Amino acid sequence: MSTFDITPRKVESVEILDLTGELDAHTAPVLEESITRLIDEQKYNIIVNFTSLDYISSAGLGVFMAYIEELRDLGGDIKLTNMKESVFNVFDLLGFPALYDILEEEQEAVRKFLNSNPQD
Amino acid sequence: MTEQPRFIEVAASTENLLAVRNFVARHARLHGFGEKDTEEIRLSVDEAMTNVIKHAYGYDDSKLIYVSVGSDERTFWVAIQDNGHAFDISSYTTPDVPQRIKNRQKGGVGVYLIKKLMDKVEYSSKGQHNEIRMIKNL
Repeated sequence: MSTFDITPRKVESVEILDLTGELDAHTAPVLEESITRLIDEQKYNIIVNFTSLDYISSAGLGVFMAYIEELRDLGGDIKLTNMKESVFNVFDLLGFPALYDILEEEQEAVRKFLNSNPQD
Repeated sequence: MTEQPRFIEVAASTENLLAVRNFVARHARLHGFGEKDTEEIRLSVDEAMTNVIKHAYGYDDSKLIYVSVGSDERTFWVAIQDNGHAFDISSYTTPDVPQRIKNRQKGGVGVYLIKKLMDKVEYSSKGQHNEIRMIKNL
């Protein structure tokens, strides 16, 4: 039984990953693979949309901990959007809101990327 | 109401995290916890079981994990037992999350979350037998 799924899509020059289901130590490698694939393809402006994500453990958060510095060094970012309150609470407990760009709406994240890279 | 079994034994595989989370959440609700407390218990159990799979058993899924729940008037507890390498709680320090991100380190925050989310956490070891007991007040 699969409890987690990722659907990739693109809005202008920004890569978006829609997460569905439950992200834990079992399913985190799927997310890690998606992010490393985007980095390999030199796609550094990434939005992760949490609208349909019901659950996250620290294994899921760990994926963001491992790749944010690399992406920022490469001139990109991972912006996190549309979290349910229960999911946001886990990020909040670890102080992520001060370290990551966590936004209510995906459109806001797209706008921020496009404004910072007008040539794309 | 049908009496719910108060323990579950599973192979030490991350594949079983979901089943154990659901087992514990069902009992937490039966004991009268609301959604927020239930979510906190669910996450704590996930973090503790992930640590057993990773650190006590080194991802050996031929090993077993025994999870049990119990309660009295004021508290609800979940115990996770294994026969692997014991966790030395005296070596635990609060994780520096910004530093871990700088070092591109993936985890190391599970115990911190459990301590934040539960009212009391007890570790015990006897020979090869280890237990973490996580307690939440009703």
